Amino acid sequence: MSSLLRIATAGSVDDGKSTLIGRLLHDTKSIFEDQLSAIEKTSLARGDEQTDLALLTDGLRAEREQGITIDVAHRYFATPRRKFVIADTPGHIQYTRNMVTGASTANLALLLVDARKGVLEQTRRHALLSSLLRVPHLILCVNKMDLVDYDEDVYDEIREEFTSFAAKLEITDLGFVPISALGGDNVVERSTNMPWFEGQPLLGQLEDVHIASDRNLLDNRLPVQTVIRPMSAEHPDYRGYAGSVVGGIFKQGDEVMVLPSRKTSTISRIDTPNGAVAQAFPPMAVTMLLDDELDVSRGDMICRPTNQPTANRSFEATLCWFDETSSLRTGVAYQLKHTTRWMTAEVETLRYRLDVDTLHRELGVETLEVNDIGRVAIHATSPLFFDEYRLNRTTGSFILVDPATDLTVAAGMIIGAAGEATVATTEVVVADNVTFHPSHLSREERWKALGTSGATIWMTGLSGSGKSTIATAVEHTLVSSGRSTYMLDGDNLRHGLNAGLGFSEADRAENVRRVGEVAKLLADAGTVSIVSLVSPFKDARDRVRAAHEEAGIPFYEVFVDTPLEECERRDPKGLYAKARAGEIKDLTGVGSPYEAPESPELTTDPDLESAVREILGLLG
Amino acid sequence: MAMEETKVRPAAVELSDLDTLEAESINIIREVAAEFEHPVMLFSGGKDSVLMLHLARKAFYPAPIPFPIMHIDTGHNFPEVIEFRDSQVDAYGVRLEVASVQELIDSGQIKVAHQLESRNRHQTVALLKGIQDGGYDAVFGGGRRDEDKARAKERVLSFRDRFGQWDPKNQRPELWRLYNGRHRKGEHIRVFPISDWTELDVWRYLAREQVDLPPIYFAHERDVVEVEGLLMAVNEFFPLPEGAEVKREMVRYRTVGDATATGAVSSNATDYEAVIAETAASRITERGATRGDDRFSEAAMEDRKKEGYF
Repeated sequence: MSSLLRIATAGSVDDGKSTLIGRLLHDTKSIFEDQLSAIEKTSLARGDEQTDLALLTDGLRAEREQGITIDVAHRYFATPRRKFVIADTPGHIQYTRNMVTGASTANLALLLVDARKGVLEQTRRHALLSSLLRVPHLILCVNKMDLVDYDEDVYDEIREEFTSFAAKLEITDLGFVPISALGGDNVVERSTNMPWFEGQPLLGQLEDVHIASDRNLLDNRLPVQTVIRPMSAEHPDYRGYAGSVVGGIFKQGDEVMVLPSRKTSTISRIDTPNGAVAQAFPPMAVTMLLDDELDVSRGDMICRPTNQPTANRSFEATLCWFDETSSLRTGVAYQLKHTTRWMTAEVETLRYRLDVDTLHRELGVETLEVNDIGRVAIHATSPLFFDEYRLNRTTGSFILVDPATDLTVAAGMIIGAAGEATVATTEVVVADNVTFHPSHLSREERWKALGTSGATIWMTGLSGSGKSTIATAVEHTLVSSGRSTYMLDGDNLRHGLNAGLGFSEADRAENVRRVGEVAKLLADAGTVSIVSLVSPFKDARDRVRAAHEEAGIPFYEVFVDTPLEECERRDPKGLYAKARAGEIKDLTGVGSPYEAPESPELTTDPDLESAVREILGLLG
Repeated sequence: MAMEETKVRPAAVELSDLDTLEAESINIIREVAAEFEHPVMLFSGGKDSVLMLHLARKAFYPAPIPFPIMHIDTGHNFPEVIEFRDSQVDAYGVRLEVASVQELIDSGQIKVAHQLESRNRHQTVALLKGIQDGGYDAVFGGGRRDEDKARAKERVLSFRDRFGQWDPKNQRPELWRLYNGRHRKGEHIRVFPISDWTELDVWRYLAREQVDLPPIYFAHERDVVEVEGLLMAVNEFFPLPEGAEVKREMVRYRTVGDATATGAVSSNATDYEAVIAETAASRITERGATRGDDRFSEAAMEDRKKEGYF
């Protein structure tokens, strides 16, 4: 099945972005002859030495005359496997505004660096914006390899530098490719000039990137756009709530709740443009029918009674200011659009402005100007039904419109309800003499007083076996039922606690030891720790088990037994492909062994529903 | 305690590219119908407007489409297209408004050098008058971003001032699917729900849905003359240039516009499947291949759009 991938590209003319796009369009036969001859004429008239492929994307008269890109342009190409939409954003002027616009709906960000110049300030800025907008995948193209004699060392150096920078950001999937856009090396066809590169050419990577699991399929959300009531002879009683599913999977027969009324009913039928269906998921446009006649109207949100979005008038957000003609004013009424609702809102407090080059927080600033990004507290006249932007890009985003001009002046990403979100600290304090202070409360006293009980669920299995998906679902279910639960994800911990550890046997053992300690502490405090970690070595896992047993904390080892072939077929992070290409060594299952548990508390296959049920069964 | 029972996996929760485009377009159409007081959908009988109308029907089904459609009638029509237009009005049960260029010429509001000049540009006057007379605040158009460089820069919801003009350098940023259609009395918003579809997407989708199109979209025999590389149909709107050689050829139209300015292409594609194969292999854009009016300059479309064109 052919799918659709949205790409945001960023960079300036100098790094060859337009040439790369021109190359992708040209080599996938998406440029037409009349387009090519038109830009040849313009290039000639302007006195260019060669046809400037940038003219393909520079659509406005002023852009062509001045040789600059002013606005986001959309370009389209397709292969038998995918349709691609490129939002091409200019790098030099209005970069933040345009990049944020392009990135808001992108599945993947494509950044370019010039191999001769390496990672520049602008590269870091674009990576930061991609991460801020939660673009799930990022590919760094090291371009102009022809000008550095296709030198592997140059590529490796840039790759390492960018990897260490990206570790500070929240980029979940990072890919690299050395290319020459001018010559077409590693763009569509594998380059013969760089035999040392064993990964896929860019187009192959774009075709392969796995995006289905980027959607939030856990938190059911349907913002109602309009109510469909034909009141015709043929359909006298039809009453459906039309909207696009922006989270979760709604099934016929599910119990649902409508906000803000909090009335509940059951889904009697889900209509789609192509008939009734048993289940609906993002980004389907559906019409939902309920068993009971409820008062539902545009702007309402349909969810599950057991899993509701946050409802709050006050919240914290990251705000990007777009308007050139005005700057942010606190305590002034703006119009705010969130999902399918408009309301009046004001920015109560501007907490700081973010320097997008250094990530430094500038405190005490008075306002935000065009292209500025800052952290704000917002108060709206009625409650918003939102999720954090990091959990849902649709229910976590909003725009501000100036009622005086009707212009969209800012875009925001919700961090959390007021009071919940705090400014995280990154300082680490290390004492010279660490003494162990026994807590004055016993564990029993603590658990009893808090009405909780801790445990560690240790999920082990190959990369791509489905551990994290299952762990996330278990966490969700437990938290929804009011039980303190915290998921420790191996990948995420490597960005912080375990940054600096590699994948050697020793580093892996240390990684497991640290995660085990954290899980034990959380469990001791009364939380259910869910660990999702490949943890391939039996010894290391057994040591964690021993530590728990010694402390008297329940420990459940869960083996997610997905066959290697299946993990490799899914390859959600593209790791197996890279390992097979020789790009990464020591991948468990390929270059490094996996020692399956001999007597785990539970062995499960990756079927989500049954796995979750079985794990919940362990906890009783 | 390995589990022995076989598990039934949930069906794949993914959409194809065409289903994704369909869902996104319907989202836009519903959003605009819900937020505006008087939307109208432009309908020429061309394939893009047929697609739009089809999507509008799906967006509100089983309720009727909650807005009228408007045809900007240049008076230079292919009879097959007018016949098709009227059959669609019946089939969908929509109200049809016609904004007539000929009436404006007759009443002296449009000056023409001669009756048979291309009326493409004059459509702008009729369109803006039609919008004003109808009091429409949102106007759905079938423009696609792959058609032209200026259209590649257009927003999905695009603001027009009280003179119907577009200011490409001062467009509202458009993020996520949070559309800002706010405007004052006299101003309006153009809405392009099929912005992200390409010509091939349109053909693949119409074929999948087995949607009816005017017959001129499929290959048929016609008397044509070749003028500046375009195959022009010989009819009452097209005076035979001196010394022109009339040929009878199998042709089809890739776009439907003013009959004096729209050319046909040589083709043997008599059904959807064959048209898709030709479209996939075509090396020339549909406008470049068929529209005399878009070939004047590289910025022909931008200039016309600024004045208020579709």
